[in-house]
Amino acid sequence: MSFEPKIILFSCHYTSQQSCAEQGTELQLLGFPKNITMIRVPCTGKIQVTSLLKAFEDGADGVFVVGCPVDGCHNVKGSVRAAKRVAAVKKALEELDVEAGRIEMFHLPRGLHPEFVAAGVTMDTKIRALGPSPFHR
Amino acid sequence: MIVAERKPMAEIIEMVRDCAKILVLSCRGCVTVCSAGGEREAAALASLIRLGLKKQGKDIQVIEGSLVRQCDKEYIDGIDQWNGQYDAIVSTACGVGVNFIANLRPEAVVYPALNTTFFGGSAEQGIWMEQCAGCGDCVLHLTGGLCPVARCAKSLMNGPCGGSVGGKCEINKETECIWQSIHDRLGGLGKKAQMETIAPIRDWSTAGHGGPRKTVRADLTI
Repeated sequence: MSFEPKIILFSCHYTSQQSCAEQGTELQLLGFPKNITMIRVPCTGKIQVTSLLKAFEDGADGVFVVGCPVDGCHNVKGSVRAAKRVAAVKKALEELDVEAGRIEMFHLPRGLHPEFVAAGVTMDTKIRALGPSPFHR
Repeated sequence: MIVAERKPMAEIIEMVRDCAKILVLSCRGCVTVCSAGGEREAAALASLIRLGLKKQGKDIQVIEGSLVRQCDKEYIDGIDQWNGQYDAIVSTACGVGVNFIANLRPEAVVYPALNTTFFGGSAEQGIWMEQCAGCGDCVLHLTGGLCPVARCAKSLMNGPCGGSVGGKCEINKETECIWQSIHDRLGGLGKKAQMETIAPIRDWSTAGHGGPRKTVRADLTI
């Protein structure tokens, strides 16, 4: 049975700014998976654990966060904070006996780089391999 | 403050597995400050409970509530606003809060979401350290303000034990030898001679060994 994963991406304004150019069509042309829904936030440091968990509650099979490079965050430590919250959710998923790999953190430079598209493809491939979320089977 | 940490999710899920609706009740006292059971942590817990039970194919209705504290009768009365909306309360307060709900609401099923760990303070952001054991007979005036009851692994009154190396405890190499610290601190304060006073055998009856303790301020009672 074919499985089209629902994936939620939280990305900071700076890292994702070019991805929204041309109404996002450029991103699609570069091969960014269409099944990824992007939520832009002013800074990934603002993303709470509850926001990440809610994405799973709302039916996400996978979640990922893309923020600034560790040593180059526009808001100094925002993406480092985000990475720690992603790690906290990984730990919580493990406690529920769910694959921790259903959530990941990526630190990428700002603008539309091949790495941004690659992160999306990586998550899409991984979640397809993991299968549907055990929270909604 | 009282420091606590969330119980493992498997333990919490097991508590509520037969419930159809629960109230996750946070406390805005100590456990908010130590980021274990405040409104934010309760929201995350509510989400994890829903997810954990969904994974088992069960739907549970989780409502969230918050009290200023769960260690005072007048605040516990606030629980009544959720009457009829839950089968059980999952309290994110310390053990005191859970006890208070059990004491004052005989009809309510209440479960602890946290393990209450110690009296401590925030050493730095995200790190809390035990500082006081609540032993009921404070000796801090003799030890430069550093507690040997809570912070010496052996609760020695006449330390150090001789097992510490480089100022670190032999029980845990990451823990400072508090008696070394007491010695250094008293020396720095010009009170080194205080270390030579032998503390007598201690009466631990104030430390809870005689059952639950009670404090009465007659001038405040009604």
